[in-house]
Amino acid sequence: MLYREAGQFKTSYQKDQQIFPILQDRIFVAIILVIAFGVVPMVGNDYWLGTIFIPFLVLAMAAIGLNILTGYAGQLSLGTGGFMACGAFAAYKLTTAFPDLNIILVLIACGVITALVGILFGIPSLRIKGFYLAVATLASQFFLVWLFNKVPWFTNYSASGVISAPPREVFGFLVTGAEAHPSVKYIFVLSLVTVLALAAKNMVRSSLGRNWMAIRDMDIAAEIIGIKALQTKLSAFAISSFYCGIAGALWAFVYVGSVEPLAYDINRSFQVLFMIIIGGLGSILGSFLGAAFIVLLPILIKNTPAFLGIPMASDMVSHIEAMVFGVLIIFFLIVEPHGLARLWTIAKEKLRLWPFPY
Amino acid sequence: MARKPFGDVILKAENISLSFGGVKALQNISFQVREHTISAIIGPNGAGKSSMLNCIQGFYHPQEGTITYRGKVRRAQKSHEAARNGVARTFQNIALFKGMSTLDNIMTGRNTKMKSNFLLDALYFGPSLKQELEHREKVEQIIDFLEINHIRKTPVGRLPYGLQKRVELGRALAAEPELLLLDEPMAGMNIEEKEDMCRFILDVNEEFGTTMVLIEHDMGVVMDISDHVVVLDYGKKLAEGTPDVVRNDKDVIEAYLGVSHD
Amino acid sequence: MEILNAIFVAPFVEIASYPIFFFEVLIGGLLTGVMYSLVALGFVLIFKASGVFNFAQGAMVLFAALAFASFLEWGISVWLALPMTLVVMIVVAYLIEKLVLGRLVNQEPIILFMATIGIAYFLDGFGQTIFGAEIKSINIGIPDGTWEVGGMLIPEFDIVAAFVAGLLVVVLAIFFQKTRVGRALRAVADDHQAALSVGIPLTTIWTIVWSVAGIVGLVAGIMWGGKLGVQFSLSLIALKALPVLMIGGFTSVPGAIIGGLIVGTGEKIGEVFWGPAIGGAIEDWFAYVVALIFLLFRPQGLFGEKIIERV
Repeated sequence: MLYREAGQFKTSYQKDQQIFPILQDRIFVAIILVIAFGVVPMVGNDYWLGTIFIPFLVLAMAAIGLNILTGYAGQLSLGTGGFMACGAFAAYKLTTAFPDLNIILVLIACGVITALVGILFGIPSLRIKGFYLAVATLASQFFLVWLFNKVPWFTNYSASGVISAPPREVFGFLVTGAEAHPSVKYIFVLSLVTVLALAAKNMVRSSLGRNWMAIRDMDIAAEIIGIKALQTKLSAFAISSFYCGIAGALWAFVYVGSVEPLAYDINRSFQVLFMIIIGGLGSILGSFLGAAFIVLLPILIKNTPAFLGIPMASDMVSHIEAMVFGVLIIFFLIVEPHGLARLWTIAKEKLRLWPFPY
Repeated sequence: MARKPFGDVILKAENISLSFGGVKALQNISFQVREHTISAIIGPNGAGKSSMLNCIQGFYHPQEGTITYRGKVRRAQKSHEAARNGVARTFQNIALFKGMSTLDNIMTGRNTKMKSNFLLDALYFGPSLKQELEHREKVEQIIDFLEINHIRKTPVGRLPYGLQKRVELGRALAAEPELLLLDEPMAGMNIEEKEDMCRFILDVNEEFGTTMVLIEHDMGVVMDISDHVVVLDYGKKLAEGTPDVVRNDKDVIEAYLGVSHD
Repeated sequence: MEILNAIFVAPFVEIASYPIFFFEVLIGGLLTGVMYSLVALGFVLIFKASGVFNFAQGAMVLFAALAFASFLEWGISVWLALPMTLVVMIVVAYLIEKLVLGRLVNQEPIILFMATIGIAYFLDGFGQTIFGAEIKSINIGIPDGTWEVGGMLIPEFDIVAAFVAGLLVVVLAIFFQKTRVGRALRAVADDHQAALSVGIPLTTIWTIVWSVAGIVGLVAGIMWGGKLGVQFSLSLIALKALPVLMIGGFTSVPGAIIGGLIVGTGEKIGEVFWGPAIGGAIEDWFAYVVALIFLLFRPQGLFGEKIIERV
């Protein structure tokens, strides 16, 4: 009853193409945004804001990046961690070299730098496809992480090897570094993610998005009808790396407080890949759902035994985590290969008919 | 509406030879196609018909011979450049983008006419939206014409075969081609679907004057709607002419239509 | 200037000045390469037979090694532990087929690939939960000494490993080419549905293939585990098998061997002679970058089947 579309006529193509054509959807999203921007920072405690919401948002951005490359453009990449590292270190070098540069400009710049690196490592995708490409992206992953570890220029020749992110402000509020307040950091990240997610959604529903999906579905046919494979694939790598680079920088500057290469290793790449598989390939919403899932699941696993009163060693917890992840991946691939996003769409379809069964 | 009168020769194939490794797909094929006509290429399976179509379109480059389109000799070019020659096609085994909707698939057909700037696209409102709506208009006209309004948002992977073929035709039409190549457009269809498809083909030819070359096995269809027929067998040309001429050609009857035993 | 000298001049000078040392490193690399090939073989088998790129091969190697090592630890004799582990791997293969692959018949390869990532994570966690995560040793009497040949020191262990790998390759090659089952496997790799339609029992075939891959994994696990001790990093070695496959081609048994040799020697020589100039630990990425460059010129690997797409 609530979710009826009856009476909502789209009187123009523009109305038909909206992100949320159904009124109830628009209201729902508006409510979410109000809660996210208004309620959460007031009500949320520092733990939730700092260790759950912020990583969730940052990883969601990385997931959007990977989704653009793998979910929309069909180029399987296991190099997400490497690109995130690129963004983090680029941001570090920029903030230390240009201390007066506004942090937002720094983020955009590190995104652009990572995009260029992405294009470089994306060039092989013109000759190499499928699994071969996935393995090729491992080259970028391992090489980049090694590079940032070994070449001291990136850490500004730091003796200890621990480089902390310098504090920066936006509109007078401290948003990076150890002193910044979690709710301020939260709003900062939330705003960035909202804007970039909107940009991503706009890109995927435009001709650029169609070209990406055409290359994904049948690249030979795409070329035959005139889509330039070279430009399309490289644009996917570039834009995807842009997002991953900014996510990497945010991870270091806003979440962890320091730039550590270990945070961007092969496990990170797999983590983001799992997010988009579980959340839904080819779906911006799915990137968020997957990120939430992957961020919340370990917390659940860690706390359940304590909750049930069963003592468990911490490394046992990580083994159980691995098992549960594995099972969940397989489960989603069997039951709903299009992930949580598709389940969400199906739920909405059922809601349209509610309370009738069909 | 009356059909446009037949124009001059728009497409000339001269001494085309094409081989893949040791396999000679086409041997010394020559024929001509006049503007605004509907031509059919027929022949048994493996005769080289699809390869010929690929050569006409520019996707394959024959080792010998020339394709002349509108007076210009075709030189070797990349696939996506070939798409800008004014030639569009459909495929024997449907080459639609299964993950996208009907509307989106046909919109991809407009890609040669659209400029893509990712920054403007990210912004959406403004030039990007204007361009999108412009092309959406054109695409909706095609959707109306092909009577596929009811499935415009359905992912094409879910559509039945006959409808997929229609969507593919729509995508080819979206490019506003002067020459349309159809590779077995009626394969796997029942009588009603075939009649619909014939109607669409004839309508496109009447309304836009599009020159068409189709590969088809259904002799009834070929004889009915084509103005000009080329017969291939084992990579060689057996005959060329109007349907009546071809129907009565001795070689064609023997090789293709069957030898009569008295 | 220094860097240029270090990359383009010094290493070659060093190689020329110490030829015996160079050969020692070369042979060491070859032998390591053979061990990589062992792991790559498992990949090739499964890919050849089911078209599935089995990311879990490394986890299978680890699991097999863990099981075997644990059985030995529990006092079971080698001759019993070996068949027991074989049974374990066959059971694992059967379960994988039943619970995962069987439910994903005819899905796109990328979905199957991601499912194997899931299997890998699961096996990793499961193996360590059951068998414990401390480093175990595998001691089955493979000679541990070194041979001296012409002034070079070559570990006996590696020679045994190379021999075992060679034997395995020959057996597998015969299996694929000459037996009925082998032929069926090749049919399945080509086209699942077509194979089904001529009556090849998909489920049985897949179980067989994954079992064989599991056995290959066991052999690899014993070899590597004997050399390094059974520990989690074994599955990272499996990641190293990927560049081997890229160079050799995913569908070729000889390719896995040659690819392994190229990667093994390349890595070792690169690390010893070029490593110090650039900071060391080149082995992290060397194989991948080499494979990447290789692929640019030959996208299907040395012996892989050319991917022909028709429209």
